[in-house]
Formats: sequence, C-alpha cells, structure tokens
Amino acid sequence: MYEFFKNLDKRWIFLLMFLSVSIPIYIIGKTGKTFPETPTLLSKAVFNAIDELEEGDPILLSFDFDPASEGELGPMATAFVRHCCEKKLKIYFMALWPVGPQMVDDVIARVIYSDFPDLVYGEDYMSLGFKPGNEGVIKVIVTDLRELYTTDDNGTAIDVIPMMKGIHSVQDFELVVNVSAGYAGTKEWVQYAVTPFKDRIKLVAGCTGVQAPLLYPYIPEQLPGLLGAIKGAAEYEKLVNDKYGGDNPDPKYLEAKRRMGPQLVAHILIILLIIIANIVFFVGKRREARS
Amino acid sequence: MITALGGFVLIVAYFIPATQGWGEVAAIWFDILAAIAFVLGGGNLIKIHLKKVSDRRAGWAYSLITVFAFLLTLFVGLGKIGVNPNPMYPDFLTSGSYREIGSPFWWLYEYAFKPLTATMFAMLAFYIASAAFRAFRAKNIEAILLLGTAFIILLGRTFAGVYLTSWLPDSLSGLRIENMTISIMSVLNTAGNRAIMIGIALGIASTSLKVLLGVDRSYLGTGEE
Repeated sequence: MYEFFKNLDKRWIFLLMFLSVSIPIYIIGKTGKTFPETPTLLSKAVFNAIDELEEGDPILLSFDFDPASEGELGPMATAFVRHCCEKKLKIYFMALWPVGPQMVDDVIARVIYSDFPDLVYGEDYMSLGFKPGNEGVIKVIVTDLRELYTTDDNGTAIDVIPMMKGIHSVQDFELVVNVSAGYAGTKEWVQYAVTPFKDRIKLVAGCTGVQAPLLYPYIPEQLPGLLGAIKGAAEYEKLVNDKYGGDNPDPKYLEAKRRMGPQLVAHILIILLIIIANIVFFVGKRREARS
Repeated sequence: MITALGGFVLIVAYFIPATQGWGEVAAIWFDILAAIAFVLGGGNLIKIHLKKVSDRRAGWAYSLITVFAFLLTLFVGLGKIGVNPNPMYPDFLTSGSYREIGSPFWWLYEYAFKPLTATMFAMLAFYIASAAFRAFRAKNIEAILLLGTAFIILLGRTFAGVYLTSWLPDSLSGLRIENMTISIMSVLNTAGNRAIMIGIALGIASTSLKVLLGVDRSYLGTGEE
C-alpha cells in the first residue's frame, strides 16, 4: 500500500478528479437535489444594492470575462440580469474583454429573450459592446462616456437610442455591477472609477475564486458587496430565487447551486489526497530514520 | 519625452480639477494606442510563428495551425463573411453584426474557441489535485499553518463546512467552519493583502517616477533585438 501511494501515477488522480466531478453532475442532473445555501453578508450586500434601486434606474453591467471562466461566472451573470429585469431597471451592458460581447449575447438570450420578451432593446436594455484599452476605457467613461462610445454594439448611433438620454458618464448610473475574471476587471473598476468618484459611483462585483482574496482589501468602502466564485453565485441565486423565483424556479436559475455539488466532492478529494500524501511522507521519513 | 509628458499630464490632471480635460485627452490617446496594439500583436504573432515554421523548430506544426486559425478568424470576422445586412441599412452588405448567429465567425467562436478555452481552464482541476498530492507537505510550522488554512477554506466554501460543525452551540459559532472561512478571508487575508498592496504601490510609484524622469529607459528595449 505504501509503495502504491508513494509512486502513485498521476493518471489515477486525474481519474478520481474526473469521477468526483462527473458523478455529482450526473446525480444532481438526475434527481435535481442540491445542497442548501446560506447567504453571507457580502452576498446580501450585493443583493440589497440592486434590490434597493427603483424601477427605471439605470444600471451598468460590465461583463469582463470569457468562455474560460464561464463555468464559474456564467450563473452569477444570469442571476444579475434576471434580478435587474425583475426590478425593471434600465440595463446597460459593456465589456472590457474582447469576447465580453458574446457573454452579453448569451445572457440576453438566456434571460431576456426567453423570460422577459416584453423588454425592448434600446428602451429597457442595450449593449455598448467592447472597447480596447482596459483601465484606459474606464478612465475615459467615468467622466465622458460618449467620447468613447459613439455607437452601441450594433453600430446604432448613441444619440438615437432612447435610453441613452441623460447618460453622459458612468456617474449617471445608479449602480455599476462588474463580473470579472481578471485583468481588466473589478480591481480596475475600483481604482479608476470608484476611488476618484467615491460619492458618485457605487460598485458591486462578482469574481472568480482566485481573484476574491485580492479584492477583500477594498471591502466595504470601495466595494460594498462581492460574490466570490460559484459559492457566492449560489448564495446570490438563492436570494434572488427566494424573492422572485416562486415555488419552482427554472433550472437555469439554479445553475450555481447545482455546480456546488461537484465542487464539494472535488474539494473533499483534494483534502483526502493531501492527507494521504502527508501520511506517505511521514511513514517514509520514519522508515528512512529506522534504516 | 512622450512617456514623460503623458505621465505628468495624468498626474497633474488627477490633483488639479481644472486640468481634468488634459487627463481625458491622454486617456483617449491611450485607448487609441491600445486598439492599434491589436494590429501590432497580430503582426508579431504571424512573424514569430512563421519564423518557427520556416526554421522547422520543435512544434512547428502547432505554429502552422495557429497562423491558419488566426488568418481564418481574421478573414471571416473582418470580412463579415456570411453576415446578413442590418435591416436598418439593407443597402450596406457589411452593416450586419459580425457575431450573427449562423455566420462562420459565430461558428468558429461557438464550436472552436469556446470549447477550447473552457477545456483549458477546466483542466486546472486535474493539475491542482495532482500538485496538491505531490507538493503539499506539513514539513514545518509555516506549512502546517498553510495546510490548516487550506483545509478550512476548502471545506468552508462548500456545504461540508456547514454540515461538519453545525452542532456547535451559538456561543461557539465563531468556530463553525463557514464562519472561520469568513474570518480568515476578511481579517488575516485582508491584512496581509493590504500590506502587500501598499508595498507594491510604493514600488510602482518609485519605478514610475524613474520612468517619467528618464532615469529608467529599460522599457524602450536595448535596441539590439
């Protein structure tokens, strides 16, 4: 046994990881049963920041991620858009990542086209699209959005879009929501938008697990609410479902919660692997000392 | 000269509200340069990979695939191949969206780029598990602390944390794994990260001053490449 674990082929680990993720996906898909979630203060802060807005308030959603992190950030993007639609807010999408517009397209198709077909493009929601420049884009649009965005994502002049009336800069939005997978993302929004205009720009965000520890220093002054990875998304999803979901929410609004199952088993597997590796390490040391 | 001017304009614009417009102009220039950098990046990509192919260096076939995929995507994207005109401007053939569903560019994104990037990211789970097994050893006190923290965070980010310590009475709720996770993240992690961030910021400020004053010109390259 000792020799087996000491020289364990990594393909066994890969196989175990594959099973620990695929079996829960299958079981949850088959039974529909998931683990319960208890929202933390940070998730509640994100929920309240959106829920306290009035009908018709403008909200800017910056989707700064790509398909690589869609598994982690897609469910929270869906929940954000659904929450905004339920609140009847004016939704403005934008992206600092080149494939951000595709992420916007996906979520519009998933939420707005299927569940809120009455919403009209240009009146209730619109997409500003992608602009290159990372933090340079933020730096310009915090004071003059029209300097950079002369048209929307479809090429329609900004001036003829009804919901752009009265929107001149990021300061005109009641809230900025950022879904971020790295650079440029939440950190840049905090540094270049919220910090110089602390009284006029409010930001909440959702980010990947590896980013979350780096964003905690900005809480709560510059970043009142943060959803960390799929766990944060599941908590936020629960809050939205509790208030707007009814008894039987659509499965697409339970996606984060469903993904917590594979995460649980994968985390336990990693803990077990570390424990086994350490037992092997100490047994090996003792054998060396004896010999 | 351009670097120094751009840098000082941005610094002055931040502290003097009357000069805020100068900062905006500099930031717009930055955005224009960032857009042009895409062209430069594309040119560089072709140059490097074509050289690798012509030299027949190890893995040259991958370079050939990269160049082919790049040119194909560029062609169907810029040319808006297979895209219908925007109904508002039917006379202009290229007025439609390059992301139109069913177009070749959409097809490349949906069936090549999207699954490939998602797969690459998903493979991290396998490598993390393997690395954890091979590298995470409780060799000393620091390693034991790191290991303990990792266990708490790994459990605290799932239902296992709640399940394992839910029996603890309210007076000891701080010892529940999910609450310990929050404490670690918001106290220990925040304190450590703030210290690192302040250190980095001071380093950036000093390096930036060197660049702006022309003391450090290493970013311009040696001119020998």
